[in-house]
Amino acid sequence: MIYFDQVSKLYTGGHTALDKVTLSIAPKEFVSIVGHSGAGKTTLIKMLLAEDIPTQGGVFFESSDIHGFRRPQLNSFRRRIGTVFQDFRLLPNKTAYENIAFAMEAAGKSDEEIASDVPHVLELVDLGDKMWNFPHELSGGEKQRVAIARAIVNQPDIIIADEPTGNLDPINTFEIVQILKKINDLGTMVILTTHNKGVVDSVGGRVITMDSGRVIRDDKKGKYAL
Amino acid sequence: MIGINLKRIIKSGFVSFWRNGVVSFASILVMTMTLFMLGSILFVNATLDASLTQIRDKVDINVYFVTTAPEDDILTLKTSIETLPEVANVEYVSREKALAEFTLRHQNDQLTLQALEELGENPLGANLNIKAKETSQYEGIATFLEGETALSTLDDTPIIDKVNYLQNKTAIDKLSKIVDSAERFGFIIIAILVIASLIISFNTIRLAIYTSKDEIAVMKLVGASNSYIRGPFVFEGIMYGIVAGLVTLILFYPLTVWLGPLTENFFSDINLFDYYINSFSKIFFIVLGSGILLGAISSYIAVWRYLRK
Repeated sequence: MIYFDQVSKLYTGGHTALDKVTLSIAPKEFVSIVGHSGAGKTTLIKMLLAEDIPTQGGVFFESSDIHGFRRPQLNSFRRRIGTVFQDFRLLPNKTAYENIAFAMEAAGKSDEEIASDVPHVLELVDLGDKMWNFPHELSGGEKQRVAIARAIVNQPDIIIADEPTGNLDPINTFEIVQILKKINDLGTMVILTTHNKGVVDSVGGRVITMDSGRVIRDDKKGKYAL
Repeated sequence: MIGINLKRIIKSGFVSFWRNGVVSFASILVMTMTLFMLGSILFVNATLDASLTQIRDKVDINVYFVTTAPEDDILTLKTSIETLPEVANVEYVSREKALAEFTLRHQNDQLTLQALEELGENPLGANLNIKAKETSQYEGIATFLEGETALSTLDDTPIIDKVNYLQNKTAIDKLSKIVDSAERFGFIIIAILVIASLIISFNTIRLAIYTSKDEIAVMKLVGASNSYIRGPFVFEGIMYGIVAGLVTLILFYPLTVWLGPLTENFFSDINLFDYYINSFSKIFFIVLGSGILLGAISSYIAVWRYLRK
């Protein structure tokens, strides 16, 4: 479903962030991408979200090159992906409810759908009582759960979680991983980048290990091996 | 779909306007100053125009006739002057009228009136008061009169006693120059002020949106279309413009009430308050329209920078 074909990314100054990465990810798979800082994990995610273009090679989603998409196609492609980041990236001037509603509005959902789905998805991440709080009134773990709720509300095909637990304590980390596993069990592809050994080991799925922009290991049932 | 989106954009713009209170307040303040400047220019222009018209009105040519000049000859000359294309109007002041005006002007000056009485007869000649359409056209009229002075004679003595233009020529020339350069100078000052305040307003809005650049990135990430992201910002800019415009219009009320009598004394012809009330619809549309345009265009350009991939 997702296929990276010989993807290289060179930044100005000759720094190689990705070096001929080739890999494919099947639907409903839970993939952990691990590696030290600067190994190329985030660059890989950026390529997948079309936030940055590869210097060489191509990224394919359902056999179309996502870097060849025009604006409207790109927008609809992004609506099929839910993203969760280390720094949460919530809209600071919108409440938890409005943050999630915004993603649904952007996808063109009706007011009725929004009114019924948003409280439901917030219940799912156990934030039913903080619906009308602004991000600055929420803890790190709560913010991340809002971000996850936003990511899943449009029932995307893929969830991309880029170091989602990087700013969280062990208990919140555990909770977030449990939520991601639950999402994956319901049939959504999850791509998780992390350098947290505990997280990778508790997921127990496919592990791709990166170093200096290259894939150095790809284990079907992997453990954290760095 | 468009209806729903429009509703959501307006709602979101309104909510953001309210929640970013401090930023909104600062933007409105700066925009108010810009619009105030723009509005003041309308007033300055009106005052300048009125004073110029009045100064121009004071410039004229008087043709004084000898006391023996027959009225028919004077009226013939008046008709021929009126046919000149430069001439706006010619006023004939008869000997009797001249005397009446003179007496009225000196009604508190007993000595002069006594002297006049002792004289027994009317010592004043008739005169023609000529007004040109443009200050610069007096030269031409004066030249024409010079020719007439030589021609219009009665028993070989000219009926024209004197043409005061020649005496006033230097003063009139100077005044024409001042009037011209006042207009040009005024225009340059106005242009500079408007451009400067427009740039300041534009920058303020750009700065306000700069604080939202991460938000714009997140909106893009959840797949919102460009127009859907841009909409609330543009709407917010329009709200800044409307509020700033209304504040400006309200501010002009006490200001013109206060300045009205002052300008009336100073420039004698125009009361700024009356001008404000009479031209309210024009000023309303210029100020509010400029505010809305400025807000919308500034926001559009500012967001556009962050929407490029």
